[in-house]
Amino acid sequence: MDALIELLPELWTASVETLYIVALTLFFGGLGGLAVGLGLYLTRAGSILENRPVFLVLNVLVNFVRPIPFIIFLAAAQPLARLVVGTALGNSAIIFTISLAAAFGMGRIVEQNLLTVTPGVIEAARSVGAGPIRIIFTVLLPEALGPLILGYTFIFVALVDMSAVAGYVGGGGLGNFALQYGYRQFNPIVTWAAVLLIIVLVQLMQFLGNWLARKALRR
Amino acid sequence: MPVVSLRDVSKVYPPTSKGGEPVVAIDGVSLDVEAGDVYGIIGYSGAGKSTLVRLVNALERSTSGEIFVNDRNIAGLPERELRGIRLGIGMIFQQFNLLNSRTVARNIAYPLEVAGMPKAERAARVEELLAFVGLSDKAGAFPDQLSGGQKQRVGIARALATQPSILLADEATSALDPETTHEVLDLLKRVNREFGVTIIVITHEMDVIQTIATKVAVMDQGQVIERGDVFDVFSNPQHAASARFVSTVVKGVPSPAELAVLQERHSGRIVTVSFRDSEVDQSAVFGEFTREGVSFEVVYGGINEIQGRPFGHLTLSLKADDVAVDAALARVRTLTNVTEAS
Repeated sequence: MDALIELLPELWTASVETLYIVALTLFFGGLGGLAVGLGLYLTRAGSILENRPVFLVLNVLVNFVRPIPFIIFLAAAQPLARLVVGTALGNSAIIFTISLAAAFGMGRIVEQNLLTVTPGVIEAARSVGAGPIRIIFTVLLPEALGPLILGYTFIFVALVDMSAVAGYVGGGGLGNFALQYGYRQFNPIVTWAAVLLIIVLVQLMQFLGNWLARKALRR
Repeated sequence: MPVVSLRDVSKVYPPTSKGGEPVVAIDGVSLDVEAGDVYGIIGYSGAGKSTLVRLVNALERSTSGEIFVNDRNIAGLPERELRGIRLGIGMIFQQFNLLNSRTVARNIAYPLEVAGMPKAERAARVEELLAFVGLSDKAGAFPDQLSGGQKQRVGIARALATQPSILLADEATSALDPETTHEVLDLLKRVNREFGVTIIVITHEMDVIQTIATKVAVMDQGQVIERGDVFDVFSNPQHAASARFVSTVVKGVPSPAELAVLQERHSGRIVTVSFRDSEVDQSAVFGEFTREGVSFEVVYGGINEIQGRPFGHLTLSLKADDVAVDAALARVRTLTNVTEAS
């Protein structure tokens, strides 16, 4: 317990770092996921921008990336991270890699959420002369907003998980804190403190997500 | 001058599986819809009605043939040009297809946004439309707070927002109960009369045609097998499939099973006599039987009215010797249609 009290400043820093990583990856990964999901949805057979080659490539890419265990993906994506953000280490590289993995994971969820929009509504929009871009922003996204918010809440938990794993390969945050001060120093109380903080964070976000989704669905 | 004119139009879908047969949804249809018509298209599910109506606003692209809308051939036009044309063609749907994320007012404003109308004008036009469909008090409601009939009225207001000259109704009342159906049909009649909008109604419900259509085409397996004035098609269908449809709403024609029962129950010869409009004088027909000393009894029948014109069928059991009955029937046949149960 004394050890934990001594470590409070580090715990604080780690919490802030986790929030920072998760916020940025939620933003970049979320945008990427939206792009991938829209791409999958719009190019599938019978959709408004039906394009079989594009759909096949996207679909295979998503299926290729998603099953890779994240800890291996972290290592495998290092050359790409160096290319894009200039470094393969530290929080910038971690944020890039998590965003990339999240974009593909979220892409599938976005695609499934968009599929809940009744095709008839899109047909109605087409029947009054709306083009694809307008349909995306005035029909697809607003109509699927409730499920999309829940999808993003779901991916938030995955991001916290990935950010903790990233602690293992040099990323900061609560994962790193738990490993360094708890696990490696045989101090389970410190580990549990980190776990507890993560649980609180996830719960808060789940409440927020549910609340927003309810607002969007007007239930 | 037809507002919509199809010339030998076909729509063929590629095979769904490798090596399968292509699916012919529309098979060489030609059809003219005149300005001010309420044109009904009827047929069983899968007859191609939905596809046909979607060819008119190019939600489905034709495989061959020409489609003239307000004298412009839209077959083969690029998607971008079609968007402008679609603003002149309203459409309503069986499932209403309203945006659940928008209020009633914003649903109706949607086509106006697409058309680029300034916001202030939009609000005024939406108010007008809400008043026309009788939903002024529901402007701020969301679609899931409305009944089916109200949803369809919003659909109609949305379809009329850009003042189209043509309205396509795709099974617009099939999801509604009979009473609500009549409210919606009355509204469509007003749309036709007050705004002069040409309406194409597709339905599998014959009474919808009976209530609002002026002309009707019967579809079967992608083809139009019969067309004409609703009264003609109803009172004297030429095609077996049309006759089956007509029999669902026209009262008074006994089915083969009912005929068998009648024959068992009555000893006389059973004939069905048709009366159309004022063409046939009923008393003249009955007079022929009396003149030959044939006693008759009405055993089945009914009178219908379409567009204010009555027509009907009476099934009679005739009693007399065969020579007298034949003589009477021969004379009645010069007056109207007679079919004798064998």
